Amino acid sequence: MSSTVMTKVRTPVRPARILLHVFLAGAAPAWLAPLLWALYSAMRSYAETSEKGYVSWPDKLSFDNFTNAFTQSDMGHYFVNTVIIAVPAVLVTLFLSSMVAFYVSRFDFRLNLALLLVFTAGNLLPQQVVITPLYRLYLLIDLPGITMSGKLYDSALGLVLIHVAFQSGFCAFVLSNYMRSLPHELTEAALVDGASVWRQYWQIVLPLCRPAMAALATLLSIWIYNDFFWALVLISTGENMPITSALNNLTGAYFTDPNLVAAGALLTAIPTLIVYFVLQRQFVSGLTLGANKG
Amino acid sequence: MSSDTTTKIPEAAAAPPPGAATPKRRVPQGHQRLLTRRDRIALGLMAGLPTILHVALVWVTALASIALAFTTWDGIGFDSIQWVGLRNFEELFEQNPQFWPAVEHNVIWFVVLIALPTPLGLFLAVQLDKNIRFSRVYQTAFFLPVVLSMAVIGFVWQLVYNPDTGLINSIIGANEPGRYIDWIGDPDLNLWAILIAASWRHTGYMMILYLAGLKGVDPSLREASALDGANEWQTFKNVIFPTLRPTNTVVLVVTIIEALRAFDLVYVFNKGAEGTELLSILVTNNIIGESSRIGYGSAIAVVLLVISLAVIIPYLVATFRKERRA
Repeated sequence: MSSTVMTKVRTPVRPARILLHVFLAGAAPAWLAPLLWALYSAMRSYAETSEKGYVSWPDKLSFDNFTNAFTQSDMGHYFVNTVIIAVPAVLVTLFLSSMVAFYVSRFDFRLNLALLLVFTAGNLLPQQVVITPLYRLYLLIDLPGITMSGKLYDSALGLVLIHVAFQSGFCAFVLSNYMRSLPHELTEAALVDGASVWRQYWQIVLPLCRPAMAALATLLSIWIYNDFFWALVLISTGENMPITSALNNLTGAYFTDPNLVAAGALLTAIPTLIVYFVLQRQFVSGLTLGANKG
Repeated sequence: MSSDTTTKIPEAAAAPPPGAATPKRRVPQGHQRLLTRRDRIALGLMAGLPTILHVALVWVTALASIALAFTTWDGIGFDSIQWVGLRNFEELFEQNPQFWPAVEHNVIWFVVLIALPTPLGLFLAVQLDKNIRFSRVYQTAFFLPVVLSMAVIGFVWQLVYNPDTGLINSIIGANEPGRYIDWIGDPDLNLWAILIAASWRHTGYMMILYLAGLKGVDPSLREASALDGANEWQTFKNVIFPTLRPTNTVVLVVTIIEALRAFDLVYVFNKGAEGTELLSILVTNNIIGESSRIGYGSAIAVVLLVISLAVIIPYLVATFRKERRA
């Protein structure tokens, strides 16, 4: 920070710099215009906008639509559904993919590259490629007493499983790159001291992976929270839906009140925005961890 | 072509019995020799369990899609599965009025994403890379849409496009009967309207990828180029951009995959009705629609699979090959 300030003082302010600032200061709010418009609409009452039109000065701004959207649509309930899916999914994905990454990156078995290729390629497939058999499979698997629906279909467990299966591809790739960069001497010394493979993984390698794990956890939370497709197809009971797909169902009921829809949509976005603003650094580094290799 | 190679890979890797894996060392490390039997079992489980889950839910189902594509099935009981050879594909290519438009829309999706948000994201990244004041604030503003779910983006942009109450029509006075511009319903307009929303999100994503790429550019390159008297544009064109090659590859692959995966936004907008068909939408409509034509839906999924693998496999093979050399 201080170095940029220093250079600022030294170099004279060039017109190009000013032009750039003017451009960015104009472009950034314009970029957010759709969101700001949604916020503005959400803060006005339906009665007022239908009378005066949407592009008009407000008589009164309030958060009534937000509280109404939240209570009328039972959003708290859907939010809990999402947490029940996302928390285990993120933890299990990180756990499983870190084990695969450990296996692939710390040993030289023959199938390592092929295995990693399978995981990574699987993660890049469009979800629709697997959905038809998956949907049928989920209908076939009976889990009486374990899930509410008695099947894998229409259950939180089913969504957790597919999230884990799909996302572990990306995480295994990122974590294996990360683990490969750790010096081999670390585990070799432990091995000579008689530490088991599990101990090497759990007590030596995993703690060192904390930064990468934090970045991936942030990314996974947002991705899984934002999931729309899996829940749309694999959940049939509206009650069981996570919040993003529930919103789609709910808009049917709100059809006549766009202001309420705006409030509902913005409400569902709040948790991801909080995660992003709090963990911005982790999120961005996570995105580029996987992408900048190559 | 590449579907052949990949269909073999999951089988080969589906059962990696690492306990029995011949520890033929590529690099002499003396690592494996020290493994006890228990270690081998532990390793087998550590790699085996996640692999079984991943392969069963992703690759076995992908293979099953291929098998189902050659059958008809109404989804009731297994007796009703009938092999019909290539009939689903023939019907798809020759008769389905939605198929070729869907393919075309997927292609348009890719072309638009690579032609608009990608250069724009690169441009923003280059500007924000100049270490100017408030850089982080600007970066956050442009990146914010990427954090939102596609579903939320769909709802937000509907508020902009709605013919009666939307921002655009209200501003240009097209929100009265007789003067409507139906951004969502008009088959000549709706795809482009959705693509603007998709590009809005994609720009931030591209910006972050390029920003990360630019961070890796050796600063001495810039200095050398400045000493040679190159102006900003010349430096970018001849020095910086060529070094961004790895990032460009990632951007290209990410964009193709995004174009093939496109679904949520369209589904929220108008469920892929006239003018916005996509392959992903056709597959989904065949399972959750009332028709339940599973074989037929799977045939569309196979088309999607083949196109995806033709991109994914060469990319990953090249990436892994490079890594191994490094």
